[in-house]
Amino acid sequence: MADPALVEELRNGVRKICSRFPGSYWRDLDARRAYPEEFVDELTKAGYLAALIPEEYGGAGLGVTEASVILEEINRSGGNAGACHAQMYTMGVILRHGSEEQKRRYLPEIAAGRLRLQAFGVTEPTTGSDTTQLKTTAVRKGDRYIVNGQKVFISRTEHSDLMVLLVRTTPLSEVKKRTEGLSVLLVDLREAVGKGLTIRPIRTMMNHSTTELFFEDLEVPAENLIGEEGKGFRYILDGMNAERILIAAECIGDGRWFIDKAVRYAKERVVFGRPIGQNQGVQFPIARAHVQVEAADLMRFRAAELYDAGLPCGAEANMAKLLAADASWEAANVALQTHGGFGFAEEFDVERKFRETRLYQVAPISTNLILSYVAEHVLGLPRSY
Amino acid sequence: MNILVCLKQTFDTEERIVVENGKVKEDGVKFVINPYDEYAVEEAIRLKEQFGGEVTVVSVGPSRAEEALRTALAMGADEAILADDPALFGDEYTVAKVLAAIARQKNYDIIIAGNQAVDDGSGQVAVRLAEELGIPHISTLTKLVVEGNQVTGHRDAEGDEEIVTATLPVLVTAQQGLNDPRYPSLIGIRKASKKPLAHVTLADLGLSEEDIRPRTEIVDTFLPKPKEAGRILQGELQDQVKELVQALIQVEKVVG
Ligand SMILES: Cc1cc2nc3c(=O)[nH]c(=O)nc-3n(C[C@H](O)[C@H](O)[C@H](O)COP(=O)(O)OP(=O)(O)OC[C@H]3O[C@@H](n4cnc5c(N)ncnc54)[C@H](O)[C@@H]3O)c2cc1C
Repeated sequence: MADPALVEELRNGVRKICSRFPGSYWRDLDARRAYPEEFVDELTKAGYLAALIPEEYGGAGLGVTEASVILEEINRSGGNAGACHAQMYTMGVILRHGSEEQKRRYLPEIAAGRLRLQAFGVTEPTTGSDTTQLKTTAVRKGDRYIVNGQKVFISRTEHSDLMVLLVRTTPLSEVKKRTEGLSVLLVDLREAVGKGLTIRPIRTMMNHSTTELFFEDLEVPAENLIGEEGKGFRYILDGMNAERILIAAECIGDGRWFIDKAVRYAKERVVFGRPIGQNQGVQFPIARAHVQVEAADLMRFRAAELYDAGLPCGAEANMAKLLAADASWEAANVALQTHGGFGFAEEFDVERKFRETRLYQVAPISTNLILSYVAEHVLGLPRSY
Repeated sequence: MNILVCLKQTFDTEERIVVENGKVKEDGVKFVINPYDEYAVEEAIRLKEQFGGEVTVVSVGPSRAEEALRTALAMGADEAILADDPALFGDEYTVAKVLAAIARQKNYDIIIAGNQAVDDGSGQVAVRLAEELGIPHISTLTKLVVEGNQVTGHRDAEGDEEIVTATLPVLVTAQQGLNDPRYPSLIGIRKASKKPLAHVTLADLGLSEEDIRPRTEIVDTFLPKPKEAGRILQGELQDQVKELVQALIQVEKVVG
């Protein structure tokens, strides 16, 4: 169990940092689609992104519960944790499956913020959610792998030193199960760009620094293989529950921000001689959205508690992500509606957050894929995909 | 170098304040370290980083103030003392007496406090404490330099800068601009829960109620009146001047 006093301290600590980065800061970045360097630096310096790294490797050794609170508070303040959340958890694959030498080499540097590992390359243009079909290959040649292929929507590659990359090392035709033959490589982006890796930014509807990657005979040292060759898919799955819980927390943060914003506006805005919030037609949707956010929050803490106790939590983590993403989206919609025309004006930040929170219906996993997981693995229905 | 920082937990003055029964209502209020004391904590930690030694933070106040002390510990202070025995509460006179009793328990080279607390704004406690201890003080510092036994303080003298020197032990108070307080780091927050925080009572300090009996009494607390719309005088200039003088004497009573 997380210590409630510590959780409260964390909330206050993060709020304090965020208070120096108001809506105008994020709005300006959004307009330029620029990366929040200054914010991420402050957060890094204060050690928050090293929450999940064990103390022996220079981190804070906290659980997913505490880490999730940190991300929640960023979004709750009106910011966007999406710019840096991956620095918290992408290292998990090294921590759980890397060699002792890899851990000693990378984790303390990541914990100190000297090394950024916040890019995670899985999605491909032709295969999408059907991960095991991915086409990017890595062929072993002596002491290196030669990587060829293409990835899409890989975020923060321009703001990361390292990238965890999922590739196929044994062709599908040669493996018994499609989940076999995939491997995880650690790519040093500082060396790779221009030597077999081309990064092309994709402008999206929100500021998310996402990119397209082209690999042409990129050489990756064989010592950068994480764990055993061919077992990469399982390694990636192992990290997913933590990611689901953390993203759920960001959605909860968004949801609370939207509700606060909507409530404040509904109290202040007077038309027809009364605050709009006095109309049930305005207050009920806000109240309902609040109820959904609070319910999702319970599932998020339930999942986090199981995760931190080392218990299976796949169902809870997925359900938390689905509930939270739905709740934040509903809250976003309500906040926009409550603000009327002003919700569309940039200076209220509602339209920006509205765009930002919408992502979580699709990435890192789309809502439908969660439902198919629950249908198959929790309810025992036939596999649909 | 042993450093003592006097710290008060105050309500956040950026939040809305409600006065009820002659007191600021506490539920729903956000409490923070008095911003001037935050500069004091930061300065103390910097001195420690420069010269070594220990930073002790002390607060006279209710048990909720523990949170503020923990934050200071998370920033880098080494130990905390909370005088949360209600018998120790009173006015500025009382608090200075209590702090003096605590300060005498150890040899502090330098005592740093905020120039004032943003809640009552009296600005008395720290300088009273220096008097109690019979040590020099330099107030409202925007820069502090310690070299050996010598202390140089640049103080904000109502917009001018005054440079004052003193020798250790000394008490100084912090003004805005002294430094840029750090954020408590995550590791700092983790360590803070394991650092010592002692609670002290009237008996622990060997004080009697009479020693620290408040010398003042708060009769009432109220919010400033909301600003009313002004009046624009009309007519001939001469008549306006007459009317203005009349009003200053009879309505506003500022000229008598
Ligand atoms: C801003 C942004 C950042 C991203 N960052 C990263 C990143 O850093 N790293 C990374 O690897 N990926 C990243 N992604 C990719 C993201 O994970 C994928 O977009 C997501 O997994 C969906 O894959 P897809 O886009 O190929 O959609 P598709 O798989 O083509 O799916 C399209 C739609 O069809 C639905 N669908 C597909 N199959 C089924 C089925 N069997 N049953 C029911 N419905 C189905 C989906 O739910 C979805 O709604 C990012 C995406 C975005 C937009």
